[in-house]
Amino acid sequence: MSARQRVAAIEGWYTLDEPAHLLGSRCNSCGSYYFPRLSAGFCRNPACEGTSFETVPLSRTGRIWSYTNACYQPPPPFVSPTPFVPFAIAAVELAAERMIVLGQVVAGIDVGQLKVGMPMELVLESLYSEGDTDKLVWKWKPSGVRP
Amino acid sequence: MSREVAVLGVGMHPWGKWGRNFVEYGVHAARAALKDAGIPWTDVQFISGAATMRCGYPGYVAGATFAQALGWQGAQVNTSYAACASGSQALAAARAQILAGGCDVALVVGADTTPKGFLAPMAGYRPEDPDWVRFHLGITNPTYFALYARRRMDLYGATLEDFTAVKVKNAAHGAANPNARYRKRFTREEVLESAMVADPLRLLHVCATSDGGAAVVLASLEYAQRRGLKTPRIAAISTVTPRFASTEVEMPDIATDSAVAAAGHSFRGAIAARAYEEAGLGPEDLSLAEVYDLASSMELDWYEYIGLCRPGEAEGLLRSGATRLGGRIPVNASGGLACFGEAVPAQALAQVCELVWQLRGEAGERQVQGARVGITANQGLFGHGSAVIVRK
Repeated sequence: MSARQRVAAIEGWYTLDEPAHLLGSRCNSCGSYYFPRLSAGFCRNPACEGTSFETVPLSRTGRIWSYTNACYQPPPPFVSPTPFVPFAIAAVELAAERMIVLGQVVAGIDVGQLKVGMPMELVLESLYSEGDTDKLVWKWKPSGVRP
Repeated sequence: MSREVAVLGVGMHPWGKWGRNFVEYGVHAARAALKDAGIPWTDVQFISGAATMRCGYPGYVAGATFAQALGWQGAQVNTSYAACASGSQALAAARAQILAGGCDVALVVGADTTPKGFLAPMAGYRPEDPDWVRFHLGITNPTYFALYARRRMDLYGATLEDFTAVKVKNAAHGAANPNARYRKRFTREEVLESAMVADPLRLLHVCATSDGGAAVVLASLEYAQRRGLKTPRIAAISTVTPRFASTEVEMPDIATDSAVAAAGHSFRGAIAARAYEEAGLGPEDLSLAEVYDLASSMELDWYEYIGLCRPGEAEGLLRSGATRLGGRIPVNASGGLACFGEAVPAQALAQVCELVWQLRGEAGERQVQGARVGITANQGLFGHGSAVIVRK
């Protein structure tokens, strides 16, 4: 039996363990969070001169700020299955970090099942596949619902 | 001391999908604006171009490209790029040059030739570019428009009928505009029956990309006075950036700022506020507004961001008829992006052209009666605010 390989579609943005987390930066001076992680060593808070950051896992749960779906096939660099399958998208507010993070919603959930304020949790799912390799990405899933 | 400058002339090349070189549209618009101003190109001392990123090197150096096409005559040159706000920045550069005493007369030009379909990012594996990442995840421009629309529905009770009513209103306005690309009076049924793009937005709620060109001739008030010209004046140009922590989802970002250590701010709410402050005017002084209806639903957001009503009241304002031609405060009398489609570097200048025609009483069938003050509002990708106030 050949196991499918699981690799990150975007390296360094999230962990691949279960349960998965997004990886953010937290300023050691003011505590502001950043996602994706800061590439330059300077805090973006204009009142902070911080230059050191810790890589931290972000909250895995939050509430829907808004949501929609993609009914038309997006252009590259999106890699589409053939035929294209529409998917839902959610913007989810993380309470502890006080920030909103966008992402696809897991397969099988459509906009009719979503609502502003609904609790969501982070999971890994395939963004696209190449041969026997699944390119994984973070997706949002209504809390307590089995994908 | 006055910080105003005079608008001597405006001109446009009609919007469409003409498929020709953008320089052609820019020169056409520039010549129209110069003719409108009644001054020869050789009298222009400063040319300010709004850049385009889709037409190769000539687009990156648009100011010089237009100067060469009009005929080198030694004018000083500037090129500005700020995505959809490029036109306002080019305008601001020209105004600054005039107010600093560096010139009396300046020409501002923006033009674009656009590809078909979704605007897409540059190729390659470039995860350090948020614009690349969001497209990789399948998050297109309409995704963001739809997120705002859906939030209005869940929070404020906006309906699909409201978004459709905006489109139908703007289509009726633009039907009388010779520079508009779409001059069909779309019906409610046609809008609702068009294909779903990003729930709840249908194809006819979302603006297209277009070819087009727009130009504005500015001069110092002293210059206008010497020539005995009584023209509309630019009273304010806002080019603000966001304030940390910017807490609304903004294209093309995957995440907002974190508001853990700093108070949260609305970027779009700050854009017009800066213009009002500079002009010493407020929303109550407006006769009309031209706002960026990238999607019909976003016109409602702008009603609130430019202060026509409080958050959550835009649907009521729309339903009252106040924002229709003939209403208290017509919005997008030109037809807006619904009728033009977006020609990125020309669009903010096209908004200014419309205000100038309206304030001069030359807008024909779409004339706002007694127009005295107008505002434009728009926003460029990556934190570029844009609002211009023109007064009689």
